[in-house]
Amino acid sequence: MKTTQFPATVSGVSERMSGFVAHLRYNGFHTSVAETEATLQALKLVQIEEHRDVRLACKAVCASSQDGFEKFDELFDSYWFNRGRERAGESSIDEHAKNEKRKNQHTPGLDEFQNAEGSGSVDQPDADGSNDGEASQQGEGRLIASKIRNLDKTDFREFVTSESLQQAEKLAYMVAKAIRDRRSRRQRIAKRAARINLRKTIRKSIKYGGAPIELHWQNRPDRPVNIVALLDVSGSMTVYAKVFLSFLKGLIARDTRADAYLFHTKLVRIGDTLRDHDTMRAMNRLSLMAQGFGGGTKIGSNLKQFNDQYAMSCVDGRTVVIIMSDGYDTDPPEVLSEALERLAKRNCKIIWLNPLKGWKDYAPVAQGMAAAMPWLDLFAAANTLDSLAELEPALQRL
Amino acid sequence: MSWKKLQQDLATACYIASDELAMAVYLAMKQQRPLLLEGAAGVGKTEIARQLSKLRGTNLIRLQCYEGLDANTAIYEWNYQKQLLRVQASSGEAADRLESQIFSEEYLLKRPLLEAITQATAPVLLIDEIDRADEEFEAYLLEVLSEYQVSVPELGTISATSKPLVVLTSNGTRDLSDALRRRCFYSYVGYPDASTELAILNARLPEINQSLAQQIIGFVQALRKEDLEKKPGVAEMLDWAAALSGLGIAKLSDDPVELQATLVCLLKTQADQFSMPREITERLVGKVVE
Repeated sequence: MKTTQFPATVSGVSERMSGFVAHLRYNGFHTSVAETEATLQALKLVQIEEHRDVRLACKAVCASSQDGFEKFDELFDSYWFNRGRERAGESSIDEHAKNEKRKNQHTPGLDEFQNAEGSGSVDQPDADGSNDGEASQQGEGRLIASKIRNLDKTDFREFVTSESLQQAEKLAYMVAKAIRDRRSRRQRIAKRAARINLRKTIRKSIKYGGAPIELHWQNRPDRPVNIVALLDVSGSMTVYAKVFLSFLKGLIARDTRADAYLFHTKLVRIGDTLRDHDTMRAMNRLSLMAQGFGGGTKIGSNLKQFNDQYAMSCVDGRTVVIIMSDGYDTDPPEVLSEALERLAKRNCKIIWLNPLKGWKDYAPVAQGMAAAMPWLDLFAAANTLDSLAELEPALQRL
Repeated sequence: MSWKKLQQDLATACYIASDELAMAVYLAMKQQRPLLLEGAAGVGKTEIARQLSKLRGTNLIRLQCYEGLDANTAIYEWNYQKQLLRVQASSGEAADRLESQIFSEEYLLKRPLLEAITQATAPVLLIDEIDRADEEFEAYLLEVLSEYQVSVPELGTISATSKPLVVLTSNGTRDLSDALRRRCFYSYVGYPDASTELAILNARLPEINQSLAQQIIGFVQALRKEDLEKKPGVAEMLDWAAALSGLGIAKLSDDPVELQATLVCLLKTQADQFSMPREITERLVGKVVE
């Protein structure tokens, strides 16, 4: 086994440990100086020459979520046993080797996308740069070609300008507002309100011998509806991807509780990426993800994975799940139907936006779409900006 | 005491802890920081708090969280009835003396959090299912957990006489705030592997037949790989094992009808019961019974 080799510039354990904490931070952990200190404290309590003890102690301090807990061992090895710095072929951990390999390819994988911060400061800019070029080229090529072919249709397939992207984002924000600002019927104690809460007032009057001197109030609290969006970025949807991504960004950008996912053959959580302050960078990264994967779609199994992994923490009775897909599924339709049924049992509202629905004479005959229909609260077109704008009143009725 | 010693002590108390969990508990005890445990239902998150209190020979104070839990229910409230009685019984007494009397500790109702920091020996404080409480409560909890003190406006600040060992559990129905996570040692409690689970079963039901125990573990482990809405936890496995040995079943393949009926211990939704018809049960049993 290889042992840690301290660089000549590093003076001791504390410096090396703060390097480790920084290494975790680059890989998506929320660690800072406080963790370095806590880890050093913890190391005093264990046998520092036992690397298992050290690993467990660091894990208890630094891993603060299930995700982190699972990733930790690999990151620990890569830092302390110098495995992360090796070339892919030599790495002794399979998983890690795979990651490394993918990192070296030109198209970034979806996973790393999420870990973009983590894939190391060295790889990232270079990968970003090279892909950027490709992306914008592809986009423009299509744009010009379609403009020449046909100008009077404004289906997203043919007409993507930066204004329409901005407009899509704005519309999405309106739609999100329409969904979110719903008031609750249940009443709660409030500082200032129209109605007296008799129970609390009388209870508090006891200390004044029964005279209701202190008044307590109740009000309907704003209990915002939560939005979860799933966007299909498979081959058949690529032409719509940019607009839908802008739409997605508008939906969730100003609401920290909202969450978004991309799927084609895999499901990826992108909520945090979408909230990137730098709009252009976020959009570029996301368009890259959308274009890098023009493969088949597994809507059913992706929804199933969503149910298993994420639904518990982000879908409840006050959630609207928005699925944006054309419904062409390579899974058998039963899988989709079962997954939707399970999702519907969480008592959420399910909206399906299908760009094809706006086409003339479209009927949801694709097997997947037909299987999904019974579980949808709203099935709407989404192929033009107008059709997105029409969503707002429909959502208010929901 | 080292963390391995702690792990052994827990094992003698019938709690089989993973290395990660043992280390997190050990650090939490030594450094007096809260311990946050996440994981599916029924994997022994609540149980560890109970075992720790037994091990340390102290009280277990439990605060069950729910939506709408507020500071009055969790920390303290004045005993208004008693105060009122005192006021009525002492007509004529000087008002300021009376006031200082009725706002004394005697008239204070201690709720779990205050109770936990005012004990002579440090208890184990279990804050169960913190993800059910509102975010506001979580924020309030942060203050109590980092300072170990509670301020009562009429009385002043009450600081901890002893720092309790705090165990928070979460089922992940809501994401907890980073601030709370960072103040805690963290461990994710997953489903145990076959050998650990067998050790748990033997520790909890020592009289169980060994071959049956192995079949039970094999079956439950296989069942978790099936496509279920709610995977059976360790608690469910123990219920099932108790049921089987109570019914006098020596081998899983003996009576398929009875076995199917006992699956109510493991499968807790209608859909799951539908998805495990007799044929599938028998196939799984066939794999674990040679």
